[in-house]
Amino acid sequence: MFNLPSEYDIEIELDDLNKLTDAVLTKYGYDFGNYAMSSFKRRIIMVLKKHGIKTVELLIQKILHDSQFFEQFILDITVNTTELFRDPSFFRYLREKIIPVLNTRPEFNIWHAACSSGEEVISMSILLHEEGLLSRAKVYATDINHAVLKRAAEARYPLRNLELFKQNYELTMPKGKLEDYYIVKDNEIYFDPALVSHVKFKHHDLAVDHHFFKFDFIFCRNVLIYFNQDLQNRVFELLHNSLFLGGFLALGAKESMVWCRISDKFEVVNEIEKVYKKIKL
Amino acid sequence: MSGSFNKEQYHVLVIGGSAGSFPSVSRILEHLPNDYRLPVVMCLHRLRDKREGFKEALEIKSKMPVCEPNDKDLILPAHVYIAPANYHLLIETPHFFALATTELVQYSRPSIDVLFESAADALKSNVLAVLLSGANRDGALGMKRIHVKGGYTVVQDPATCSMNTMPQAALDLTPVDRILDLDRIIEFLIDLH
Ligand SMILES: C[S@@+](CC[C@H](N)C(=O)[O-])C[C@H]1O[C@@H](n2cnc3c(N)ncnc32)[C@H](O)[C@@H]1O
Repeated sequence: MFNLPSEYDIEIELDDLNKLTDAVLTKYGYDFGNYAMSSFKRRIIMVLKKHGIKTVELLIQKILHDSQFFEQFILDITVNTTELFRDPSFFRYLREKIIPVLNTRPEFNIWHAACSSGEEVISMSILLHEEGLLSRAKVYATDINHAVLKRAAEARYPLRNLELFKQNYELTMPKGKLEDYYIVKDNEIYFDPALVSHVKFKHHDLAVDHHFFKFDFIFCRNVLIYFNQDLQNRVFELLHNSLFLGGFLALGAKESMVWCRISDKFEVVNEIEKVYKKIKL
Repeated sequence: MSGSFNKEQYHVLVIGGSAGSFPSVSRILEHLPNDYRLPVVMCLHRLRDKREGFKEALEIKSKMPVCEPNDKDLILPAHVYIAPANYHLLIETPHFFALATTELVQYSRPSIDVLFESAADALKSNVLAVLLSGANRDGALGMKRIHVKGGYTVVQDPATCSMNTMPQAALDLTPVDRILDLDRIIEFLIDLH
């Protein structure tokens, strides 16, 4: 965890932020121009404090001249917090209601968009394994951040997370024991490589990249909250294009499709667990 | 009320408190009319895993509807909004919210500083803030920012609350407009209507 601003004493203007996002876009092709301003601004202030940089102008210079620093910058401004079986009632719902639907298909494709360090991927793999469908799943997991993708592919996590992982798992009507899926070594949890060996981990930026495959189920959880409505609309269109008719989309617990331009092309399957279904082309 | 106070200036009421201020918040809501002129946006510290029950408990006394906003929900007058468990609630523009799961601030998520600072940034001098009792220092920086941007700040009188760390921390950090006990706060908020 980073040190938090002890005083909110750095003043950033909208203009500064625009200059910063323009510079990043031109030099590196990442577009942060449509991130939600209120939290994006807090992140930038945090980055300035963390590295002892006094102004946004100086931050821009450093980003432009130091591509390694830029990798760190991406890691700092994106929010990577995630959990195994985050929102257990959601995964229980998948187990009881959605997996039986997938089970009617000879094979099916799943996309974890913005997968972070991969806990969500492993959660789904465990569910599919316990319900006997894992071998039929073709899975992509993507993120904007190379460092978290690497961690996800390794399926390796700090031991201190184990209690929470176990508690969450217990709430999903498990058919096994979490111990069956990991070993502990040197203060880290190593999940069984078989849970991720079928997964293609790829770099994909929801703000600029396009659809690359068709899916039966897309997870896009807890990333849209960092985007403004323009970018949310872009992403909803991208997700819509990436789904088969009748395919499912899952959002984060407090995310909503109510305001999006194409909400009429989806049907609400479960309002509380935020599961939607594509009903129109 | 001082001569320069113009209640029309304020477009949103933000309230911060810790878990212990629940009874005070409940009393405030009991007294505000169902057609209250302002949106009431609250950040109360709460247990991380308790997703249910909080909103329902406040609804018992409140005359206005109580909601836990989803990301990008609209901010409407005569509604009470409470920060959802384990999310920071921010005011993104004068018209809608944003949520975030960024790290804890002052050991808290939701954090009062995050809500108040975002309110000050989005609404400048149109914010009216009330900071209630609590046992940590969350809210002090937020009050300072609201004050700096020209908003109005009210702190619950530390002499009248059981946990006074939070109001005292704010008073140590920034000038405020009013220091009032709970009954006076309620009267003041009714007058804003
Ligand atoms: C809070 S995590 C969500 C992880 C997981 N889906 C969950 O719900 O627990 C958000 C992730 O979104 C990624 N992200 C942020 N901006 C992105 C973008 N433009 N395209 C793809 N991923 C992005 C971040 O790198 C981070 O790993």
